Amino acid sequence: MTTQSIVSKVKQKRIAQLLAKGKRIDGRGLTDYREIHIETGLIERAEGSARVKLGKTEVLVGIKVETGEPYSDAPNEGVLTVNAELVPLASPTFEPGPPDENAIELARVVDRGIRESKAIALEELCLIPGKKVFIIFVDIYVLNHDGNLIDASALASLAALMNTKTPNYETENGEVKIKSGYKQLPIRNYPVAITFAKINNQLVVDPWLEEENVMDARLTITSEKDGKICAIQKGGSGCFTTKQILEAVKIASEKSQELRKLVVKT
Amino acid sequence: MPIFFEKREIVVPGDLLAEGDYIAGENTFKEGNRIYASRVGLVEYANKKIQVVALRAFYVPRIGDTVIGKIVEVGVSGWIVDINSPYMALLRASDVLEKGFNPRKDDLTAIYDVGDMIIAKIVSYDRTQNPLLTVNERGLGKITRGQIIQITPTKIPRVIGRKGSMINVIKRETGCNIVLGQNGLILVSGRSLESERLAVMAIRKIEEEAHTSGLTDRITEMLRKEKKKGVNENE
Amino acid sequence: MSKDLPEKLINEEGLRLDGRKPDELRPIKLEVGILSNADGSAYIEQGKTKILAAVYGPKEVHPRHLALPDRAILRCRYHMAPFSVEERKSPAPSRREMELSKVIREALEPSIFLEYYPRTAIDVFIEVLQADGGTRCAGITVASLALADAGIPMRDLVCACAAGKVDGTVVLDLADVEDKKGEADVPFAMMPNTQSVTLLQMDGMLTPEEFEKAFNMAVEGCKKIYSLQKEALKAKYVSIKEAVEE
Repeated sequence: MTTQSIVSKVKQKRIAQLLAKGKRIDGRGLTDYREIHIETGLIERAEGSARVKLGKTEVLVGIKVETGEPYSDAPNEGVLTVNAELVPLASPTFEPGPPDENAIELARVVDRGIRESKAIALEELCLIPGKKVFIIFVDIYVLNHDGNLIDASALASLAALMNTKTPNYETENGEVKIKSGYKQLPIRNYPVAITFAKINNQLVVDPWLEEENVMDARLTITSEKDGKICAIQKGGSGCFTTKQILEAVKIASEKSQELRKLVVKT
Repeated sequence: MPIFFEKREIVVPGDLLAEGDYIAGENTFKEGNRIYASRVGLVEYANKKIQVVALRAFYVPRIGDTVIGKIVEVGVSGWIVDINSPYMALLRASDVLEKGFNPRKDDLTAIYDVGDMIIAKIVSYDRTQNPLLTVNERGLGKITRGQIIQITPTKIPRVIGRKGSMINVIKRETGCNIVLGQNGLILVSGRSLESERLAVMAIRKIEEEAHTSGLTDRITEMLRKEKKKGVNENE
Repeated sequence: MSKDLPEKLINEEGLRLDGRKPDELRPIKLEVGILSNADGSAYIEQGKTKILAAVYGPKEVHPRHLALPDRAILRCRYHMAPFSVEERKSPAPSRREMELSKVIREALEPSIFLEYYPRTAIDVFIEVLQADGGTRCAGITVASLALADAGIPMRDLVCACAAGKVDGTVVLDLADVEDKKGEADVPFAMMPNTQSVTLLQMDGMLTPEEFEKAFNMAVEGCKKIYSLQKEALKAKYVSIKEAVEE
C-alpha cells in the first residue's frame, strides 16, 4: 500500500523556478542521473543477486531458479516471472499488505523489458520438452524509496540475471536429476529503462522523490542493446504532448547506452 | 471574434464554442482566449457570455434553493438528509426546536424519522462543509401526501417555463399542487390519483423533450387529449 | 485448449486477416446511456471486442480517510468477464487487470475537473464482455463517454486506440491474434483538443523510427474515434429533436 505525501507549496515553487533555469534542487542537469553503485552476488542462498543504489534509492533483486512445468503455449521454453515488493521499511508511505497497483506496475514494467528484449535465452532452459523447464524468479525488493524505483529495479534485475547460475542436471527415465556444478544463465540482451518526469512542462531524467511528488506524469522507455525500444510506460495522472514523447525517445536512446555500460563491461 | 455553433445546438465536452473576448458561463471553461464546453448540452450565446444548458448533470447545492430530500440518518443533534447531490445535507435540531435542544428530553425521531421526505431550503454551503438546511419557513417541512418523482435537475427550469408558463399549464390542466425542488425532485399532489398521473406524465415528457422547441403547446395538447380520453372511458 | 494461430498476418496484397488495410480501424459501434441505475453509462463494440462502462458519482467517499480535501478522487476498475476470453478466466482480479485499472484511471484523470468536487469519489467500472484485442483502449473510449453521460464536467473527451507492428508492417487497431503473434503493441490515448497524451504503453520491439510511425498512426486513429464519440453523445438528443420538431 502506498500513499502520496504532501509537498509544501514553497518547495514546489522552488523546484519550478530552478527548472526554468535548467537546474534541479540537487544541482543536476535535466538529463543527469544520480550516482549509481551496483553490487552483485551478495545473497549466497539466491542463484543470483544484485543491489543497486541510485542516489539514495536502494533496490535489491534476488533470483531463484527452480524447476516446473512450462506454459502450454510455449512448451519448450523456460519461464520468467517477475515480482516486486514495496516493503514498509523502505518508505513511510509504504504499508504492509499484498502488492498494490504500484508494486504490480513496477514488476510488470521490469518484466516487459526483460521479456520483450528476449534478454534471457528461455529456449535454453528446457529440461524435458513439454514437461519440465527452469523457472526464473526475479524478486525485486525495494529497500529505500528516494525516487525512480523503475530504473533502479530494472538495472538491479539485469545485473542480478547476469550474475545468475543455473544448476547442472541430467535427465534419466523422464526424470530430472540435479548434479553438482553450475552454468551461467544465458543472457542475450541488456534492456535498460530510462524514466522521465514532467514538471512544469519540462522533462527531467531520473526523478528523485521530491520531484516525483510534484510531477505531472512520468514516462519510462526501455531499450535494448541495438537501440530498439522494447517497453514504454506512461504513469501518473497528467499528460505529455506528442512532441515531448518523441523528444523523450531520443534522449532515452542516448542515456540507455550510458547506463548499459555500468552493467555490461565489455 | 468567431463562434462555432448555432444557438441551442447540442454540444459535448471539448467542443470549441468561441474564440475571442468572451466570458465563460455555466458548463464552459476558458483556456487562453478559447471557450470550450465542459458538459453535454445546448449552447447559448448572450452578448459576451457563453454558456451551456446541460442536458445531463447532477445537483450541486446553492444557497437559497428549495430542495426535496429524504431523511437517511437521525444523529445526536440533527438529521442527515439525502438531497440527490454528491454531498449529504445536514438539518440541525436547533432549526426545528424553538426552545433549544435537550438530548435527554427531545426525541428527534418523533419529529423526522429515517425515510421521511421533507421540503427544505439550503442556508449555507461551501467547498469545505456539507450543505446546511432549514425547514423554518412557510411551506417547508415534512411531506405527508402526494407523489414524488425525480428528473435531471438541469431540466427543472424547463418544467417551470418562461415566467412560469409551463408549470402553470400543468397546474391548470390537472388541478394539482406542484412543488419543484431545485435538486430534481418534484412533489405532485392532486385531488385524485388520475390528476396526479397526468401531471407526472407531462413532467416526464418535458424531461425527455426539454431540448426541443414548441414544447409548451405539445404539453397542453397532450394533457387535453388525455383528459378527454379519461372522460370517455368513464362514461 | 489452444487453437493453431495462422501463419501469415498480412497477405500479398498487404491486407490483414480480416481484410483491413494497415491503417484501418475495425468497425466501431457506440451507444450512450444504456443502464438505468448508473449515473452514466456507455457501450462499445470495436470489431469483436465488446465493453460496457458505467460511472457512479460524484458521491461522498467512504472510508473517509480516502477523501481528498481539495478535489474528487477517481477510482477505476477494469475487469474481464470469465466468458470474455477463449479459455475461461477466473473472476478474481489478476495482476494484469490491476495494472490496467491503474493506467486507465491515469488516462481519464487529466480530462476531469476533479477540483470542482472536493471530498467525493467518482467510480468508473469497465466490464469487458468479449475480448478481441485493444480492450484497454476501447475501455478508455467508452469510459470517457460514460463520464460525459453522467454529467461530470470534463475538459475534453479521451479517445484511445492501439497501433503496433505485425509481419514487419506497422498497423492500426490490432485484433487479438495480431497482438499475440505480432512484433509490437502500442496502446495510446489522448485528449485531442490539446494533443495531450494520457496513455502510452508499448511492449514488443520497435526501432525508434517504427515507433514514431506507429505513434502517428495511433494519433490519426484517435481523431476518427473522437468524432464517433461526439456523434454518439448527441445521437439520443438529435433523434428526439427530429422526431418532435417536424
